[in-house]
Amino acid sequence: MNVALAKTDMKTDTSRALSEAFANVRERLPGTGSVAEVRQRALESFEQQGLPHRRVEDWKYTDLRTSMREVLPLAAAPDEAAASRAASILKSTAVKGARQLVLVDGVYAPQLSNLGKLEKGLAIRTLRDALETGGEAVRDQLLSSKQSTDPMVSLNTAMMTDGVVIEVSEGAELAQPIQIIHIASGAVPAAMFTRSLLRVGNKAKVTLIESFVAADGAKSYQAHDALVVSVGSHARLDHVRLMEDARDAFNVSTAFVTVGAHSHFNTFNLTAGGQLSRYQAFIKFAGEHARVETNGVNLLNGTQHGDTTLFLDHAVPNGASREVFRAVLDDRGHSVFQGRIIVRPDAQKTDAKMMTRALLLSDEAEADNKPELEIFADDVTCGHGATTGALDQSLLFYLRARGLPEKEAQALLIEAFVGEAIESIVDDNLRDIAVGAARRWLAARG
Amino acid sequence: MTALLEVKNLQVRVEEREILHGLTLTVNPGEVHAIMGPNGSGKSTLSHVIAGKAGYEVTGGEVLYKGEDLLEMAPNERAAKGVFLAFQYPVEIPGVATMNFLHTALNAQRKARGEKEILTPDFLKKVREVAKSLNIPQDMLKRGVNVGFSGGEKKRNEILQMALFEPALCILDEMDSGLDIDALRVAADGVNALRSKDRAMVVITHYQRLLNYIVPDVVHVMSKGRVVKSGGKELALELEKSGYAQFDDAA
Ligand SMILES: Nc1ncnc2c1ncn2[C@@H]1O[C@H](COP(=O)(O)OP(=O)(O)OP(=O)(O)O)[C@@H](O)[C@H]1O
Ligand SMILES: [Mg+2]
Repeated sequence: MNVALAKTDMKTDTSRALSEAFANVRERLPGTGSVAEVRQRALESFEQQGLPHRRVEDWKYTDLRTSMREVLPLAAAPDEAAASRAASILKSTAVKGARQLVLVDGVYAPQLSNLGKLEKGLAIRTLRDALETGGEAVRDQLLSSKQSTDPMVSLNTAMMTDGVVIEVSEGAELAQPIQIIHIASGAVPAAMFTRSLLRVGNKAKVTLIESFVAADGAKSYQAHDALVVSVGSHARLDHVRLMEDARDAFNVSTAFVTVGAHSHFNTFNLTAGGQLSRYQAFIKFAGEHARVETNGVNLLNGTQHGDTTLFLDHAVPNGASREVFRAVLDDRGHSVFQGRIIVRPDAQKTDAKMMTRALLLSDEAEADNKPELEIFADDVTCGHGATTGALDQSLLFYLRARGLPEKEAQALLIEAFVGEAIESIVDDNLRDIAVGAARRWLAARG
Repeated sequence: MTALLEVKNLQVRVEEREILHGLTLTVNPGEVHAIMGPNGSGKSTLSHVIAGKAGYEVTGGEVLYKGEDLLEMAPNERAAKGVFLAFQYPVEIPGVATMNFLHTALNAQRKARGEKEILTPDFLKKVREVAKSLNIPQDMLKRGVNVGFSGGEKKRNEILQMALFEPALCILDEMDSGLDIDALRVAADGVNALRSKDRAMVVITHYQRLLNYIVPDVVHVMSKGRVVKSGGKELALELEKSGYAQFDDAA
């Protein structure tokens, strides 16, 4: 293939269709003036690059140019029927005691959400509202992703339709967890582009749960989400994200997190749903003595492809980060884990460790691990490790000799395996939620 | 009367090598059999084949349990029907809490037999009782299965499971190895407490001492993959004196 050909090849039909989709809906998207400008530039950035493909290093294992075959129309605002389908799945998804903020087909659903009795220091509004009437600071933060060159982030910036903007002021320690629930109501295949913002003020304390689910019988859909988070100094954020989208769904989500001095960010992602998914988290140490634990589990079977890509940016000294990642793969499931840690020249005394393990339950399953350490400071403790293996036959036999049928014996060992990532969740309630999600996957396996 | 276990002319290969060369053994309900024999004579191999471990190729003979073809059954099916092996080397299972494991296993067996599941309070009560009778501290049960257990603790955990599951056929593969004198007595008491007219035990050991505590009805000598001699409990004493050299020719 010559160079000229490669160039004309840059734009696939899908990427052209995405540009057209933008042209069709741009008038309906929230925000005018500077917001509309940022959208326009983001789209141009996306058009220049096109869909990410395997020759783009960061997307090496998740080639959207070959796997994202079609562009679905932007989802219509949910009607009565969609809301009632969403309501039934909401029941089983809502975490007891948490404040639910529900997005149906990418649009905030006030009738399913709870904005009552806001605790002191807590303010919540929709993305649409924030982009149209919000102050400059919030808007700038929402659009801070424009520094990213990732094409899917650019696409999200161009197309973002709705989401929630949560502000927690200095010193507010929220007792009630906040749960953002993305529901695809799915009567017709559609795409949704959402973005949310969480600002955790200095010394504030927040628990955030994100859930991605579909109403029964939802048709294939495409979820594009972004979450922008700032954790203030001496603040604490406990975060669990559960992606249990429909089996034929597409989900590309990005988290941008900055953590301030002496803050503590404990985050866990579980990917069990979707046909093709990518969760990418960019976490930046903006203040010294912050501590970040990013843990994750991919549970995949059938022909599911799940990509978890983490980027930890130690930009200042004295930061500590831990990444524990586990993948369990059956059938022809394909898991990707990319963990990049960058320790910038000033970031002395950084303590960063990453450990990833994959468990293959079938010969056709595949796990790709790409740990990357880029260290530019000399006084640091950094390490990473990666292993891939099968279930230990001698352990399986022991359990079966005690009466456990094969699947049950496997389930016990699989749960123990993913437990290595789940046990790093500090909050008891969140840990139980993660265990529950892992068990749902095991139960569905039969 | 149907025998509980009938091993007839059993031939077993492991990795292309024949380990058992036609082994025959009959165990009736209520009996305690001891199997002694030199290292590598095939005692653990026999116990593994009975429990259903993969990797053993049965090239001849049969194994009947209560008249049924045992070799046709999955390992968990054998367990549910009352076959129990206390392993010579119990494995460690990190991340699986002992209590959860015991509860899951017991209920899996009950479910397979069409019995009702045991409720958590009843289960806890039962485990505590059994653990107490075997001098097993509660905190051991809170850990992962056998994780960080000493050799003797692992063996006690095997006896605990046996007492909990109440199997009909108990095969004890060197339960005495690694146990101190006091622990040996406690474990043996636990085994003796389970002796009943419907239950049988096959006790594999190198030491006559264990047989002072668990007095066998029959003693077998295994050598090179066969039972070469069987007798009463006095056979164990005789072996203690003269060793296994006398059986070299027979095997
Ligand atoms: N997986 C295996 N691969 C190869 N050889 C094996 C395997 N398992 C057992 N053997 C061989 O089979 C023979 C019998 O072993 P087994 O463990 O049954 O002996 P044993 O009578 O239990 O010995 P001990 O008293 O030392 O426990 C030995 O020679 C052993 O090396
Ligand atoms: Mg042995």
